[in-house]
Amino acid sequence: MGSRASTLLREEEIEEIKKETGFSHSQITRLYSRFTSLDKGENGTLSREDFQRIPELAINPLGDRIINAFFPEAEDQVNFRGFMRTLAHFRPIEDNSKNVAVSEPLNSRTNKLLFAFRLYDLDRDDKISRDELLQVLRMMVGVNISDEQLGSIADRTIQEADTNGDNSISFSEFIKVLEKVDVEQKMSIRFLH
Amino acid sequence: MGASVLFEAGTERGAFYMLLLLVLCCFGGKCELQESKPSAQTDFPGVEPFHNDFDEPQAFPDEERAHLPMFTMDYPRIQLPFEFTLWVLLASFAKIGFHIYNKITIWIPESCLLISIGLIVGAIMHSVKEEPPAVLNSNVFFLYMLPLIVLDNGYFMPTRPFFENAGTVLWYAVVGTVWNSVGIGISLFAICQFEVFGVQDINLQENLLFASIISTVDPVAALNVFDDIGVNEQTYIIIFGEGLFNDAVTVVLYNMFTFLAAMPVVESTDVILGTARFFVVAAGGVLFGLLFGFVAAFTTRFTHNVRQIEPLFVFMYSYLAYLVAECFAISSVMALITCAITMKHYVEENVSQRSCTTIRHVVKMLATISETLIFFFLGVVTITTEHEWNWAYILFTLLFTFIWRGIGILVLTQIINPFRTIPLNFKDQFGLAYGGLRGAICFALVFTLPDTINRKNLFVTASVAVIIFTVFIQGISIRPIVEYMNIRKTNKDTNTINMEVHTRMMEHVLSGIEDLCGQWSHYYWKDKFKKFNDRVLRRILIRDNKAESSILSLYKKLELQNAIGLLDSPLGDLSAAPSIVSLQDERNDASRPKKKFLAADVRKMHNILAKNMYKIRQTMSYTNKYNLPDESRTREILIRRHASIRRSLRAESFRELPSQNLPRSQKYYSLQPGGNLETAFPLRRRNHGGSEDMDHLSALTPRSSSHSLVPMRRLNTINETGNAGEQPAASSQPHSPPPVDALDMRGPGSLEGSIFRGRKAPVPAPKRHLSDRIDREEDLVDSERAGEAVRPPLLPPPRDWEPENPEPRENETLLRDSSQGPRGSGRS
Repeated sequence: MGSRASTLLREEEIEEIKKETGFSHSQITRLYSRFTSLDKGENGTLSREDFQRIPELAINPLGDRIINAFFPEAEDQVNFRGFMRTLAHFRPIEDNSKNVAVSEPLNSRTNKLLFAFRLYDLDRDDKISRDELLQVLRMMVGVNISDEQLGSIADRTIQEADTNGDNSISFSEFIKVLEKVDVEQKMSIRFLH
Repeated sequence: MGASVLFEAGTERGAFYMLLLLVLCCFGGKCELQESKPSAQTDFPGVEPFHNDFDEPQAFPDEERAHLPMFTMDYPRIQLPFEFTLWVLLASFAKIGFHIYNKITIWIPESCLLISIGLIVGAIMHSVKEEPPAVLNSNVFFLYMLPLIVLDNGYFMPTRPFFENAGTVLWYAVVGTVWNSVGIGISLFAICQFEVFGVQDINLQENLLFASIISTVDPVAALNVFDDIGVNEQTYIIIFGEGLFNDAVTVVLYNMFTFLAAMPVVESTDVILGTARFFVVAAGGVLFGLLFGFVAAFTTRFTHNVRQIEPLFVFMYSYLAYLVAECFAISSVMALITCAITMKHYVEENVSQRSCTTIRHVVKMLATISETLIFFFLGVVTITTEHEWNWAYILFTLLFTFIWRGIGILVLTQIINPFRTIPLNFKDQFGLAYGGLRGAICFALVFTLPDTINRKNLFVTASVAVIIFTVFIQGISIRPIVEYMNIRKTNKDTNTINMEVHTRMMEHVLSGIEDLCGQWSHYYWKDKFKKFNDRVLRRILIRDNKAESSILSLYKKLELQNAIGLLDSPLGDLSAAPSIVSLQDERNDASRPKKKFLAADVRKMHNILAKNMYKIRQTMSYTNKYNLPDESRTREILIRRHASIRRSLRAESFRELPSQNLPRSQKYYSLQPGGNLETAFPLRRRNHGGSEDMDHLSALTPRSSSHSLVPMRRLNTINETGNAGEQPAASSQPHSPPPVDALDMRGPGSLEGSIFRGRKAPVPAPKRHLSDRIDREEDLVDSERAGEAVRPPLLPPPRDWEPENPEPRENETLLRDSSQGPRGSGRS
């Protein structure tokens, strides 16, 4: 399966992905074999069901949001490019910014934060409303928290972050609130070579 | 610690009664023991010749006596089982006693408490000059007590993390133990050379033998602490696996060194043979385990008519594996573990639900009892055996165990870190090193030393000292130390709620992405094995073999347990959130005054979040050694995914939607967990087909938000769920009458009432096929909603969904009817 997979991925494609995402050659081939192993329909794209089949993701509290992040708007299939583009957010940040070709690499701190922001903000209005926050909070906590408590926590969250008084968290407010958090480390995976 | 301060009168009394009971049991035992002596104390006047015949039951009176004895007693007949039962009860009472006050077990690991009670009982027995039962001789421990513990470890071993970290685990277990043994042995031998300590007569082999015994790690107490202090899954599985496998290694080393110790001269060939023997032992153990595991799985394929004895097979086959391996002097521990791991998956699919539960409970029960007894007797025997105390030797032993373990972990980690996906950081290493407590195996092995070793008593004393030191000092202190280390890293008080929530969210995302990439496993082999498993093994070993995705089987199992458990457990309202009320509030946001949050409130929030937010991955499910794995979290998440579909659809209807993209993404708030994708998810399939149409739907949803209330519609889906067979027909029926109801229900006053009805999305007139989909989804969702007060409706939905096949004919009739309603109502 490994050999068959790599022949389907052309060298030019690998180069393009490498330029766009910054992954190394071996990482790309490795992730490609993972992609094909998930692709049960063998049509070169993944649907949401393919992601659902991963058992660990099914019992991840934010599983659906994560899967959703792979599918750009109004599409149900993601090809390998899209797959890698999303995964590229999780590459560790390099210390030296030698990749000047891309305006801002996908794995920059801002883009990582944008990824996280988008997990909350489903309607893409660039604001996390109280409702959106409540939904994610509810997904993340157990049954022992009542609605009122959760509502208070959501209110407090918005209060802490909201600087312009619109009762929602904008992306800039989000960035500000997390400035002390080591986002680079929290949103990075060391991909195997 | 705070425990003493918080000690209430009630618990004090309870604890006192427990102690009293313990002492009574003790004395009871003592009295019984005394009566076993052939003395005339227990004679009754009418039964004089009796006491000389210990084996004969007191059936007939003697001819010499004329009258029938009213009351007789034959203690020796029942002596052995009776005493055994009393000891087990005593140990169990001790356990009950600890848990009366929960906080004790947080600060002091159970093993400490058990040893303390054992010490007390031992002191009592010693003072009345009693002999403890000979429980810890070689046979009893190795043939009866150890297999139970190992079976528990093997059966509940989390296989996925284990195999993903197998290399590291084996590295630490094997190489680490050998390193420790050799290091400690040689250092002690060096110490022995000094005349001043007086231990010159211990030669190298004996030192090595002793060192191999001492280096066995028993991580029970460490494991209990680890999940609370946030050690990650990696470290957990390493400690777990190391504790498991170094038993095997130690036994091999022990046998080897015993053999060598008996020989006057050691040649290099012996060392090489020893190494070769290690591989034979390990591989042989695994082979035997696999063999018995497969046979057990195969047997359970045919047991569907004899459900009552199904659990028996698990125990018998594992025990057989153990005994046969012992017979051939290969690693019985490895055999048992392999057997349990192999057996578990196939057996659990073949046997009935009850048998499965029984097996789990009995395994846990036997293991807990065995472990309790071991620690208990450790305390007892400590007092009652002869000791030889040699300050220098014992202190140096302690010192060397620390040093060598610390160095060992450091060096080994340095070597293996480059090969690992996630390297072990310093905190992990410290946890590994400091968590290396010694325990029961160590103790048992030292007792079984052959008596040819002339300093055996010294060894016994030294091991007991090391065990007690590590268990008490390290076991109690590991928690505060690691908490201190944790606190130094994350200064909790300055964390805002935002940081706490968002960082946990990011951690979940990260672990999700890692699982998605298959970062841990070498999934190539895993895929291969899975294919082999599906094609060959499952066909042979499992009775009803349907190729199911693991999610579906997990889901089914959980739904089943859920349905059984939900009826009596208060689960809280998982399915309602954000509730209608809070969503209402969203509209009143501007008008609501800003709440003031005091510092106390914020602290409370921090506490609530810290206690209730889900931890990453499933570390909770297997961290507590004394409990069965906890599947409640998985259950909650899966149930919630049902609910969030409903939530997403409801939110869809009255959100402000500036962009067209909302419905698409909102629809996937929560997808049905796995399942037979060909039939069970018409939802998704339909959506695939009509992607562009959904955008139009979104444009229409703002309509309803202009109303203060979402129009609700009753769907008679509750009837449908009863008759699973007539889905398509039944579901189409109720759609015609409801639109009329919707008109009645509209209005601010009926907010409460409308909660219990279905919700109808505003139907766009031209886009008829869309509303059908929404309706269908609502049906499925609302079938749960409609049964709000009753729990069981949660169960039907998955089966309910299956027969739902979109048929164009029905669509049109449906749409025509439902589209009449809103159009007729003039909402457009």
